[in-house]
Amino acid sequence: MNWTRKDLIAIEDLRPEEIVHVLDTALTFEEVGQRDVKKVPALRGKTMVNLFIEPSTRTRTSFELAAHRLSADVVNIMATASSITKGETLKDTALNLQALHADIIVIRHSSAGAAKFLADRLDVSVINAGDGAHEHPTQALLDAFTIRQKKGRIAGLNVTILGDILYSRVARSNIHLLTKLGANVTLAGPSTLVPRVFEQLGCRVCYNVEEAIADADVINLLRIQHERQRQTMFPSIGEYATIFGLTKERFARTKPDALIMHPGPINRGVEIDSDLADCKRSVILQQVSHGLAVRMAVLYLCASVQPVEEAA
Amino acid sequence: MKQTCVMDTVAMDRALTRMAHEIVERSEDLGKIALVGIQGGGVRLAQRLAAKLQEITGKAVPCGMLDITMHRDDLSLRKKPPVARQTNIQFDVTGRHIIFVDDVLYTGRSTRAAMSEITDFGRPARIQLAVLVDRGHRELPIRADYVGKNIPTSKEQKVRVLAEEVIVE
Repeated sequence: MNWTRKDLIAIEDLRPEEIVHVLDTALTFEEVGQRDVKKVPALRGKTMVNLFIEPSTRTRTSFELAAHRLSADVVNIMATASSITKGETLKDTALNLQALHADIIVIRHSSAGAAKFLADRLDVSVINAGDGAHEHPTQALLDAFTIRQKKGRIAGLNVTILGDILYSRVARSNIHLLTKLGANVTLAGPSTLVPRVFEQLGCRVCYNVEEAIADADVINLLRIQHERQRQTMFPSIGEYATIFGLTKERFARTKPDALIMHPGPINRGVEIDSDLADCKRSVILQQVSHGLAVRMAVLYLCASVQPVEEAA
Repeated sequence: MKQTCVMDTVAMDRALTRMAHEIVERSEDLGKIALVGIQGGGVRLAQRLAAKLQEITGKAVPCGMLDITMHRDDLSLRKKPPVARQTNIQFDVTGRHIIFVDDVLYTGRSTRAAMSEITDFGRPARIQLAVLVDRGHRELPIRADYVGKNIPTSKEQKVRVLAEEVIVE
């Protein structure tokens, strides 16, 4: 397998074998995390910029740590503390970063397409860390890594994604990845947040939670993205928890080896019962650990591709 | 390019047997020895060498594998990222007599990468190098402690150790 992408923008762009290559590469980095010295010199001398125009703790920290473990230098730029508040455009901010000889820009932005916009205009590697409700490719990759570690495969598994699908970039990236690798994807939640149009991506859409999770091998819960909803999409948090939350009673009626996943941050008592979040079949914290290995793999692969020199 | 067989299955097995005996002969404390195969050609050879050492001494010798991709010194010179393979070291490296096992010793750069990487696991008491073929052209001050066969080559030639255990030059 030859990796030839300098950017990672969307899972939708990737071929199945490219996805598998990232997951295989992540396996070697997972091993690095278990050594005495959890660091390799693969990206020594390279500089990664975390350009976060939208708040994030988990993803930014994960990318930062991943870069450190590859021996790259890291600069963090937060929207609130940057020239963006002084009216600088995204393109100008990025061109300035490139002029400072950054090699990788990891961007999180509230607008869909922001990462692609930069990738098309810059020579440096651009990694999408979430663009609006479009995609969050490294989250889908770490979810897939976790499923593969726990279940040994992805093809043929029943994966139910439960919650706010409409506003979720995690859902979109997961749907693309899982269907490309041959899993059966079911989407469930309030009909206002799970439009039927998602069936066109090859998923089953289901409005009854019990039915949606009955034969699931993996239940991936999503948080309600209040910050993205322009209007209230369901009557109340209490009602959502009652009708769509993963309660002990509901979970007791699933397959005995069904896994609970969640990209975080979790809202205990809303989409997931607090005890379930901490139970043995919940792999939520392992997802976080795997995120580190997967992001190391993505940074290593993308930053190691040299731009094609144009013929003189 | 014309291919010549320079070492067949029987010769290779004999070479490995001799190398195993040399390791035993030169070891002060057999209990401290651990073999580490360098990915990819060294892994299978390390396992065979470990089996031979067990035959001779009656004791199992720890055997691991090391992928040196992330420690290569030419990563930034390459157009595409080389494929990383599995590393698996299940024993404590500190205080051990580590013997790296590789198929072909050429520039010595893989060995340098392996030496730098193994110290991320601990501090070995000693590191030695066993190779099936030493083809010369060193670019670093590195030499093998145990050699299956010295094969003088030109830089244009290729040395391949095949899965069927026949060496072709």
